[in-house]
Amino acid sequence: MKRVLVISSTGGHWVQLLRLMPAWDGCEVHYACTSPDHEERVRAAVAARGQAVASYTAVCDANRWTKAKLVRQMLEVAALVLRVRPEVILTTGASAGYFAIRAGKLLGARTCWIDSIANGEELSLSGERAGPHADLFLTQWPELQRGDRPGYSGSIL
Amino acid sequence: MIFLTVGTQEPFDRLVRAVDAWAATHDVPVFGQLGRLAADSYLPRHFPFESFVSADEFQERLEASRLLVGHAGMGSIISALSAGKPLLMMARRAALGEHRNEHQLATAARFAGRPGLHVAADAQAVPDLIDELLAQASPTPGGGQISPYASPELVNAIRDFIHQRR
Repeated sequence: MKRVLVISSTGGHWVQLLRLMPAWDGCEVHYACTSPDHEERVRAAVAARGQAVASYTAVCDANRWTKAKLVRQMLEVAALVLRVRPEVILTTGASAGYFAIRAGKLLGARTCWIDSIANGEELSLSGERAGPHADLFLTQWPELQRGDRPGYSGSIL
Repeated sequence: MIFLTVGTQEPFDRLVRAVDAWAATHDVPVFGQLGRLAADSYLPRHFPFESFVSADEFQERLEASRLLVGHAGMGSIISALSAGKPLLMMARRAALGEHRNEHQLATAARFAGRPGLHVAADAQAVPDLIDELLAQASPTPGGGQISPYASPELVNAIRDFIHQRR
């Protein structure tokens, strides 16, 4: 069974991530978010598909204007990736996903960045930074496709 | 019930003020989820609010609402579409210190005109649009809901990636 880590920040990124849920049916799936708030709901949604949540981890919330929190988030995400040792990491952003991809690559995971659908004019800043390190790099807007980096394979809507 | 939500990060005074001005002259109940308020943030006088609500409370308030009013974030858009509720959105402007960049303008422009999604170009447009949308919105909207999952094309691409041999 593939061990998969799916991770994003709370809010729109998380909503988008969960819309991909059928893609990881049958895998051992570890969920991580920057809020502890979603655990109950995600467990219910996963159970409704006859699947299981291997673990749920809340990491520190941060953005690029909160440097101290960003460092803490990086350490927490690195610790999570070390603990779970995922074979595959999937993220819709933002900084928590970036850190997961960087840490995952060091440990030999295959990684995927799905850039947020909110970024329709240009790629997100975190996507521009994380994309080159991801094995699969996708935008949700055909206009932003640049060959396969990022590629376009539909959207979460 | 109108549910106002401005996301979980910065406050969005411009939208909160506009909705408060509308609430001052209407009997329709409003509830606001106003984000991380600053010391000088505008506090509404005509409807109850919280900085944050739990995911469960968010869902309950969304389902109980006739109209969702929000910033032009994907969270608001997907919530409204999947609950089959009309959304009135106004973009946060980086130029006004409301966000880190102007991507909400792009989001609003791209989604404007989809069934159920409406854009207020500025705060002055908000009260009339609320009136207009409440007049249209049926209290128990049927249909208009979207699938809870991404396009099959994207789901398949991710599934293939997960099971791909390196």
